[in-house]
Amino acid sequence: MKPTHLAWRDLASEAIAGLASRPARTLLTVLGTVLGISALVATVGIAQTAGNRIVGAFDELSATSVVVTNESGFWGGGGPKTALPRDAEDRISRLNGVTAVGVMGTVNVGEDLASTVKIDDPTARNEFQIDVRAASPGLLDAVKGQMRMGRWFDAGHESRADDVVVLGPGAADKLNIHRVDQQPVVFLGDKAYVVMGVLRDVSRQSELLNSIIMPEATARKNYDYTSASVVQIDVAIGAAELIGKQAPIALNPSDPKAYRTQVPPSPNSLRNKVEGDVNSLFLILGGVSLLVGAIGIANVTLVSVLERIGEIGLRRAVGARRRHIALQFLLESTAMGLVGGIMGATLGILVVVILSASRDWTPVLSPWIPIGAPFLGAITGLVAGVYPSMRAASLEPVEALRAGT
Amino acid sequence: MTVVESDADVVLALEGIGRTYLSGEVEVAALAGVDLTVGRGEYVSIVGPSGSGKSTLLNILGLLDRPTSGSYQFEGLEVSGLDETDRTAVRGRRIGFVFQAFHLLSHRSVLENVTLSMLYTGVASRERTERARAALASVGLEQRADFTPTRLSGGERQRVAIARAIVADPALLLADEPTGNLDSKTSDSILGLFDGLRAGGLTIVMITHDASVAARADRSVRIRDGVLSAVGAAEHAQGGSGGRVGAGSKGTRS
Repeated sequence: MKPTHLAWRDLASEAIAGLASRPARTLLTVLGTVLGISALVATVGIAQTAGNRIVGAFDELSATSVVVTNESGFWGGGGPKTALPRDAEDRISRLNGVTAVGVMGTVNVGEDLASTVKIDDPTARNEFQIDVRAASPGLLDAVKGQMRMGRWFDAGHESRADDVVVLGPGAADKLNIHRVDQQPVVFLGDKAYVVMGVLRDVSRQSELLNSIIMPEATARKNYDYTSASVVQIDVAIGAAELIGKQAPIALNPSDPKAYRTQVPPSPNSLRNKVEGDVNSLFLILGGVSLLVGAIGIANVTLVSVLERIGEIGLRRAVGARRRHIALQFLLESTAMGLVGGIMGATLGILVVVILSASRDWTPVLSPWIPIGAPFLGAITGLVAGVYPSMRAASLEPVEALRAGT
Repeated sequence: MTVVESDADVVLALEGIGRTYLSGEVEVAALAGVDLTVGRGEYVSIVGPSGSGKSTLLNILGLLDRPTSGSYQFEGLEVSGLDETDRTAVRGRRIGFVFQAFHLLSHRSVLENVTLSMLYTGVASRERTERARAALASVGLEQRADFTPTRLSGGERQRVAIARAIVADPALLLADEPTGNLDSKTSDSILGLFDGLRAGGLTIVMITHDASVAARADRSVRIRDGVLSAVGAAEHAQGGSGGRVGAGSKGTRS
């Protein structure tokens, strides 16, 4: 006699009917997979979004800044310092990829206080201790600074060692200097300096904002200033890494390691690092939740098999072969996994989108995730259904009919 | 026993069927040397107390279980040596079952329950529905097709089970205590349904412990301790009048 068979369409509709007839249980069973898959999707999505965010935070400003200091050694400034050459600005500006370069250093003015009027006024304080720095003419462009008024000193002031200063806005406010058109004077101790400009703002080396800044030659003439300590370089986009390697050699070919160079980290390596950190941790969590979900499906499918022993017996009586029984339960668990995968992917994407929206981020997600997640869920369900299905198929029809009602 | 005219008219023929179970190390014989022949269109009841081996006999008749010895010919085919796949094919295509506990799928509609017995035998989906509706009509339940069995009475449930058993047009209808869970009035109507099926030419083997139920059949076979014996005509008639049959039979439940 011709063996009995079960059409795929009938198998599918039986499996769907089996799940749909117990909707509450099916949903609860699926929940584990939903959580697992959504955890995975959200993890990957958040990692990708955050990685993208970090790259976005790398604005042009920091990506084009290279700083060389003469603080050598791991602890910075711990060991003996090697002086930066006097012509540092020239040496660096020759490098291809450098758009602006300037040097600066701290001037030790001893006990000298800054003041505008040499009056002993017991009612008001008019002498201030303000940091004094020496800078090269190119520094203004290198720190992307803007002048509020007046101008920055140039090579002429430098070569003549003129007694001129530029004030940071903080220093200017303290000294009550709001105009420079009449060439106000600032005293450092007893020495007078003409104020030729006041800064509005700088994008780098923000300590300049509260300083009195003079040409290097002036500092050498009047104080025991020997060498700059910081070389600020503004480079073309993409040139930071190269200039970071070349600058110390240009400054001191015999001992380039004497200087410390700060270059912005490469955006690519940083993104990979962040994604890697977030992924490896949370992917484990997601995997664990998925495993728990799979165990849930396996458990419920097994319970379902025991509960439906009578149905199994009846199906065997009306012609179902062992493989038909196994396939039906396998398809039911796979369908549960698939539904869980779809719902989990949806939930996970929602989490990523909501989180991104709350932080004004751009949600980023690889297209393979929403496509792959339901498949992962289905595979989870399939694997989870193997053992219960085999249990169901191994039941003898006589026992199944006797045990079930 | 009834003498059967020719092989073509024999639905099933058991010869020396035995079935032993292993209970620990001891072999227990549930059936021993059972001979039984049922002709086409016959209505045979097998009556016996619980533990007499009648369930084992039903399982073997229904190809749900295989005998440990003897020969079983179903419609001329030796089925005792068939493998699982072939036995399933014969069972699914040629035998209809009616159980004491109904065995309906409680979450599926009455119509789906009936179509289930054509699911594995290659009947097209549309035809399944048509035949199921016809079968439900023949048991008087065409109005209940979309109900779930939980909303039906016991008698209606058993009618659904009978519709399911006959819808695939089987050669044999096996009924295992079909009235065991029903009250006497409902039992009567179910038995009336069997009478009608018998009149329509269906071969029926019914297993029961109730002699009055057994008496509705053309002939009765008694099973006791795994051995079959024919019930005398007089006794059969007496059973039909509602009396107790044999000292060994348990009390009737009708």
